[in-house]
Amino acid sequence: MRLRPLIARDVRRGYAGGGATLVIVFFLLVATLFPFAVGPDAALLARVGGGVIWAAALLAALLPVERLIAPDLEAGVLDQMAVRHLALAPVAAAKMVAHWLAFAPPLMGAAVIAAGLLDLPGAVLLRVEAGLLIGTPALAALAVATAALTAGLRGAGAIAGLVMLPLAVPLLIFGAGAAEGGSAALKLLGAVSLLLVAGAPFVAGAAIRAAME
Amino acid sequence: MTALAFHDVSCVRGGRALFAGLTFGIAAGEALVVTGANGTGKSSLLRLAAGLLAPTEGTVTRSAHVALMTEAAALDRDSTLAHALGFWAALDRDRQGPEEVSAALDRVALAHLAEVPVRLLSTGQRRRAALARVLVSAAPIWLLDEPANGLDVAAVERLEALIAAHRDGGGCVLVATHLSLAIAGAASIELAA
Repeated sequence: MRLRPLIARDVRRGYAGGGATLVIVFFLLVATLFPFAVGPDAALLARVGGGVIWAAALLAALLPVERLIAPDLEAGVLDQMAVRHLALAPVAAAKMVAHWLAFAPPLMGAAVIAAGLLDLPGAVLLRVEAGLLIGTPALAALAVATAALTAGLRGAGAIAGLVMLPLAVPLLIFGAGAAEGGSAALKLLGAVSLLLVAGAPFVAGAAIRAAME
Repeated sequence: MTALAFHDVSCVRGGRALFAGLTFGIAAGEALVVTGANGTGKSSLLRLAAGLLAPTEGTVTRSAHVALMTEAAALDRDSTLAHALGFWAALDRDRQGPEEVSAALDRVALAHLAEVPVRLLSTGQRRRAALARVLVSAAPIWLLDEPANGLDVAAVERLEALIAAHRDGGGCVLVATHLSLAIAGAASIELAA
């Protein structure tokens, strides 16, 4: 596997400088905002808790978007990849794998803490974690594709939100649906996740190519 | 045997014609120096040669791997110099090559800075580090965009010696520069504004 050094490098960069801590803290912060907004009704929180965790995960996935592609484009790293005849779609796929490895494990760990804060029952937490395991690869794929589409734009962070959040709505619907129970939602989540993971590398590769011109 | 050839190449960027009908070839052991004022398309010519841009008209052919050195060093700022070069060595050879990396750092006189983070290097040192990346790649065709920028006199002499050694070893070099470099027997092209 020729791109293994790239995955190793990107994972290292993802965790370097407290990148994982930032995702965890942001995720927990969003998750704790909901009880403040809807009130400390334990029964209500237990009912909406799964959805809250999914919305928080979605926003946390958006956080590192500006660091995924733009710095490499600027530093000429992607030029050097292209000069080495590495096709950009596999390079984008490697970046998705690396981003997933850097962002999903801390997020799934933090989801346990969030479940405690929201007083979610163990069975619901298990379903949320299963959903996150299936859905986070799609979130990573979307983040890299969005990063490639917005690389080099001014105010890329804000535009990234506009591009990524609507595309992530199906993940949110089926992810939160799976948390409420029902294996059908989990299967649909898997289907949406597969579609995004399969398509995103090509979108990202083409966007990087266009940004390099 | 021509390693790199431009045949009747035109380049239009941002609606502006930079050059047209450019034809040349560089064979093993040869060097070509591209000169011209700022904005005449020297960097675009190198990006065409590297395959990063498609020519508007004409064809560019390469018979071997190329190594490109541009203003962007493509070295991770927070990694140590040896580590940042090792990343490219690993991509090029599919294995870590610490010997090649330290040999290349030695040849650009940066061996003593191998464990220093890239972000702490000076402008000239970063150029030499980028040159070390070119050496590590072991590509026969070198494309150097303003390689002498920011280099002191001793480093420019070392650059000229490295180019000469690369040509003696059967490699070829395409250099875009506005500074004069001593490259023996090099052909030259001047791009007009």
